[in-house]
Amino acid sequence: MPDKTPIDIPAASRRIDGAVHDSRRHESAHKHVSGEALYVDDIAEPAGLLHVQLGLASRAHARIRSMDLEAVRRAPGVVAVVTAADIPGDNDIGAGLRHDEPLFAEDVVQYHGHPLFAVAAETRDQARRAAQLAKVDYEDLPAVLDIAAARVTGTLVTAPMTLRLGDAEAALKAAPRTLSGRIKIGGQEHFYLESQIAMAIPGEDEDVLVHVSTQHPSEVQHIVAHVLDIPDGAVTVEVRRMGGGFGGKETQANLFAACVALVAKKTGRAAKLRPDRDDDIRITGKRHDFEVDYQVGFDDQGRILAADMLFAARCGFAADLSGPVTDRALFHADNCYFYGNARMASLPLKTNTVSNTAFRGFGGPQGMVAAERVVEEVAFATGLDPLDVRKVNFYGTTDRNVTPYHQTVEDNIIGPLVDELEEWSDYRARRQAIRAFNAANPYLKKGLALTPVKFGISFTFTPYNQGGALIHIYTDGSIHLNHGGTEMGQGLNTKVAQVVADEFQVDIGRIRITATTTGKVPNTSATAASSGSDINGKAAQNAARTLKARLVEFAAGHWNVPEDAVAFTAEGVRVGEQVLTFKEVVKAAYMGRISLSATGYYKTPKIHWDRAKGQGRPFLYYAYGAAVAEVTVDTLTGEYVVDQVDILHDCGDSLNPALDKGQVEGGFIQGMGWLTTEELWWDAQGRLRTHAPSTYKIPACGDRPRRFNVRLVQNSPNVEDTIHRSKAVGEPPLMLGISVLHALSDAVASVADHRICPRLDAPATPERVLTTIERLRAQAATGEGMA
Amino acid sequence: MQHRRTIRFLLGNELRELTDLDPTLTVLDWLRGAERRLGTKEGCAEGDCGACTVVVGRLVDGVVRYEAINACIRFLATLDGCQLLTVEHLKRPDGTLHPVQQAMVDCHGSQCGFCTPGFVMSLYALYRAEVASPGGVPDEQRIDDALAGNLCRCTGYAPIVAAAQQLRDRTTDHIDEALPTVTRALAALADDAVVETGRDGRRFLAPATVDQLADLVLANPEATIVSGATDVGLWVTKHQKVLPTVIYTGRVAGLARITNRGDALELGAGVTFTAAKAALGGLHPDLDELLRRVGAEQVRNAGTIGGNIANGSPIGDTPPALIALGASLTLRRGTQRRTLPLQDYFLAYGKQDRQSGEFVESVTVPKLGQGDLFAAYKISKRFDQDISALCACFLVTLGDDGLITRARLAYGGMAGTPKRAAAAEAALLGRPWDATAARDAKAALAQDFTPLSDWRASAAYRLAVAGNLLLKFQAESAPGAPATRVLVQRAQAFKAGCDIASRGVCNA
Repeated sequence: MPDKTPIDIPAASRRIDGAVHDSRRHESAHKHVSGEALYVDDIAEPAGLLHVQLGLASRAHARIRSMDLEAVRRAPGVVAVVTAADIPGDNDIGAGLRHDEPLFAEDVVQYHGHPLFAVAAETRDQARRAAQLAKVDYEDLPAVLDIAAARVTGTLVTAPMTLRLGDAEAALKAAPRTLSGRIKIGGQEHFYLESQIAMAIPGEDEDVLVHVSTQHPSEVQHIVAHVLDIPDGAVTVEVRRMGGGFGGKETQANLFAACVALVAKKTGRAAKLRPDRDDDIRITGKRHDFEVDYQVGFDDQGRILAADMLFAARCGFAADLSGPVTDRALFHADNCYFYGNARMASLPLKTNTVSNTAFRGFGGPQGMVAAERVVEEVAFATGLDPLDVRKVNFYGTTDRNVTPYHQTVEDNIIGPLVDELEEWSDYRARRQAIRAFNAANPYLKKGLALTPVKFGISFTFTPYNQGGALIHIYTDGSIHLNHGGTEMGQGLNTKVAQVVADEFQVDIGRIRITATTTGKVPNTSATAASSGSDINGKAAQNAARTLKARLVEFAAGHWNVPEDAVAFTAEGVRVGEQVLTFKEVVKAAYMGRISLSATGYYKTPKIHWDRAKGQGRPFLYYAYGAAVAEVTVDTLTGEYVVDQVDILHDCGDSLNPALDKGQVEGGFIQGMGWLTTEELWWDAQGRLRTHAPSTYKIPACGDRPRRFNVRLVQNSPNVEDTIHRSKAVGEPPLMLGISVLHALSDAVASVADHRICPRLDAPATPERVLTTIERLRAQAATGEGMA
Repeated sequence: MQHRRTIRFLLGNELRELTDLDPTLTVLDWLRGAERRLGTKEGCAEGDCGACTVVVGRLVDGVVRYEAINACIRFLATLDGCQLLTVEHLKRPDGTLHPVQQAMVDCHGSQCGFCTPGFVMSLYALYRAEVASPGGVPDEQRIDDALAGNLCRCTGYAPIVAAAQQLRDRTTDHIDEALPTVTRALAALADDAVVETGRDGRRFLAPATVDQLADLVLANPEATIVSGATDVGLWVTKHQKVLPTVIYTGRVAGLARITNRGDALELGAGVTFTAAKAALGGLHPDLDELLRRVGAEQVRNAGTIGGNIANGSPIGDTPPALIALGASLTLRRGTQRRTLPLQDYFLAYGKQDRQSGEFVESVTVPKLGQGDLFAAYKISKRFDQDISALCACFLVTLGDDGLITRARLAYGGMAGTPKRAAAAEAALLGRPWDATAARDAKAALAQDFTPLSDWRASAAYRLAVAGNLLLKFQAESAPGAPATRVLVQRAQAFKAGCDIASRGVCNA
């Protein structure tokens, strides 16, 4: 039922509805299931709304000799056509404004699908048809389409980074054993179900209101102002909810918002741009694909003594977030392991493909996949169980606890966590059972793997680690809550409302959750880096405490009791001997001329980072988890199923266990999809050919593990003073999906009696699995690569 | 021929009568545009994500049959005579949630919520079809099939499956209560007129009989013949193709018949995959499984056997199997009919043996006989709702002496058309069906096929697997063969007794 106006009835003894740590349903669940939740495309359309379509380049790299848009202009229903020449401000929409990412390509096309112009028409269909009528004359330029080609040209989109701990080179030389190799890790399309969308409504003077599906309203505001050459204050950006984001709407909404704002400014009419799914996938960035070269020194006990890793990433034509993404890959190239001596370097390569961007985990998953490959190699080289190699290399709690970026791991719980999962999942017995199954079956082979996760929480761009909130209390006792975070399905608004309900000890139904808008809370950080509830929860708590302090002071004076005799309880507000309703207190405070509106603010403590030195404390804390995956592989076709997954994941003292479990399960499946069936495929012309769900295969319902057991770590509060001692949960679980890659690798290894490291690259499509099986069989026949 | 120029259907319980419709206006665009019913979402506009799922009721032998379809690629005019239910119809009149909606809330089945209305409608279709009696609980495979056409990027599906498992002990809902009225209303809408609408010189024609269809196709040889629009719909939404004349076959009851001819089944071209699965699935379990993996439920409810053949895809969901079985095709032009082996219909990539004014009327599928060994394999990146990288369907007949007397090895995805492997077949004839024969046939495939590399698979993988499937087929033919299929293995392991999905997720 919709939340109604609150009724003040102090019960005898009760607990509020929607307290922190409760498994409260998502605040919009009832609207989701009834179709009543409004997304940008559902907002009532202003009269005269224009529909906008982008005109896209059909070359990967070319000089534009000429562009003839007459036929576009004259097409039925067309009202306006805009190009780079129509931009009053800067033709630049990239994060950080590096002048490497134009709204519309001007002289040079940098990737297949690069927007050249936009056409606005009376209907969406007219705009789509008109956009196809452009005549563009190109002069082709050499196109760099993949990492291998980019390594030859060597052009970088941003400055690389190197982390150094100890002396990796000397330690490698001194190590009893060494090995080296390369892993290829594919990219990933976000495939949020709601594609990108923006609608601009022009106001008076220079004002423009932009409804947009974005994780970063303040950046959209800034970009729109920059493109239109108007002050930030003239731009209001509003986001009620997104139909999924996953990082794909952190910077990628800039293009669509800037485009509709430009059309609105030029025509004086409201304008909406909702790209077709194929266009959305072609022209928005993806998770970076990587090639990682590694060299590792170790001993016969499987203990790693030194690691040297080079992370080459396909960044696309512009920097976007590639700097921090490749940095985060390095920050997670250790995963849970103490390397002793390490050198980690990034190579953010420029290519003539779409500019890659943030995606849940933000480079961390690629770093972690590389780390797990290194551990796997050591396990095969020493003949030890990979789990035993993992355990022997876990960070210590008092020593062996310094990361390659010189942060000391202070909150390490991976050892006991993995021990618990190993026992609960019956890892050792199942491993024996699987070996027996494989011995008996010539065609189907099973595999099992346990992989751990340690993920650093905080933006590595320190200024983003701040948040704001705004709370109004009205005289009927209802509470209006606003904060700088955005809702993309993760349940942020639910969690923040729980925090506020808990502060005032009122039922959550009293709190009205409102759209994120730059007009209420300014200068917000992206809702990214898993930080949403950490930052905005604390900011909202702070605002609530400000208001509470005012109400306590007022009530003490008004009812003549000491301040410590005033308390907010589930029964109502205790003022000395009497219990008043929240509404009564609020009403009295209003009559007493007390301000019932307050802002709240929070900045993450303790963190600092010196990128040039590669040293500091980029993270306030770590979130941990581990997963066991069991698979069955068909060695004649490479097809496979995931039979069972057992997960133990750390959310500290969870703010909402049901929502957190949802993040763990969904993150796991998304990570599994990335490493299995999700394959991005470009043709020789640089055209992405997997640009729709018909060709790009995210996991479907039937792909989920048949047995899927998920538990949250109990009685393990965050050692840091986070909001109610919870931990961030958005990104870390994605990396639990790595267990599936390793289970597949384990099954593949069985065809060569587990004596050759399969070096199964990602995504492990059925084709890649079969190819790896056949390579291993050939190697086993010749004895090549045997441990 | 009598023409009726009003499209009539029920939106919930309300009669809609529309004229001058754009022939290819989609149900989704009409719902979101003219009706401003915004619960139904566009996720992909190609029938692959299910965010636009609606439920359509149509009268079949006096009973309203409800099926989930994709609104994004279905033309509105094809709903003539039907009842359309959208997510907005599910709440009870007093504003409380429908049991499928409440189960989704209780199990935390939504996160971002954008795919949710589509899931709710697929669950509702399952609820109607499967949870018919108190105590009825759909099994997990049935749930997976019902949801295979709905993509969710947030939840990982476990809580949605948990919600489906809550749908037991079904009671009468407000939609059931209206059923007698709806049945009468739909019966009153049914007639034998040719339905016609259109605008700007473009026409939509929907005959009610096979003879009317034959006359219309003959008179409009350039018309696009549309059945479920699961392919043609994409021409419109993805390629912005303008179709001047559309002839819709879905009202032609006579085209949707399945006739048992004793040693063969004759399927009318208008038989949907859903209906075909029930009939062909009885011939061999692999046919049942192959049809289970054609698209997903929304596609199988709309797409037809005739459309699947007529569109001449080089992959083809059903042609490889039908060719292996020795199916024949009946084509009709006016009052003339001709029959040809299905394998001869596919001439070259994009070219079929269909003359101007002619249409596919039926396909006749011989049943398996004594000594026949059959298998069908679909290889794709993802098991559900995916297009084959390759599809292999084999029929081998053994004589009394155990020697191979007949071999029909048909492949999709290996050439410009669905095609038999002549050299591999020749390698088998007259030999015992053993591993050596299978290996020889595998080696001969290189003479039969030079497949392409694309985003679904490389040429090398296609050729390797095409051969390995012969080895698999042979291994499966031997008595007491070990497990060879991962899906079967998983289903058996699961039946042996495991936990329900996502233990403990439901916090209801």
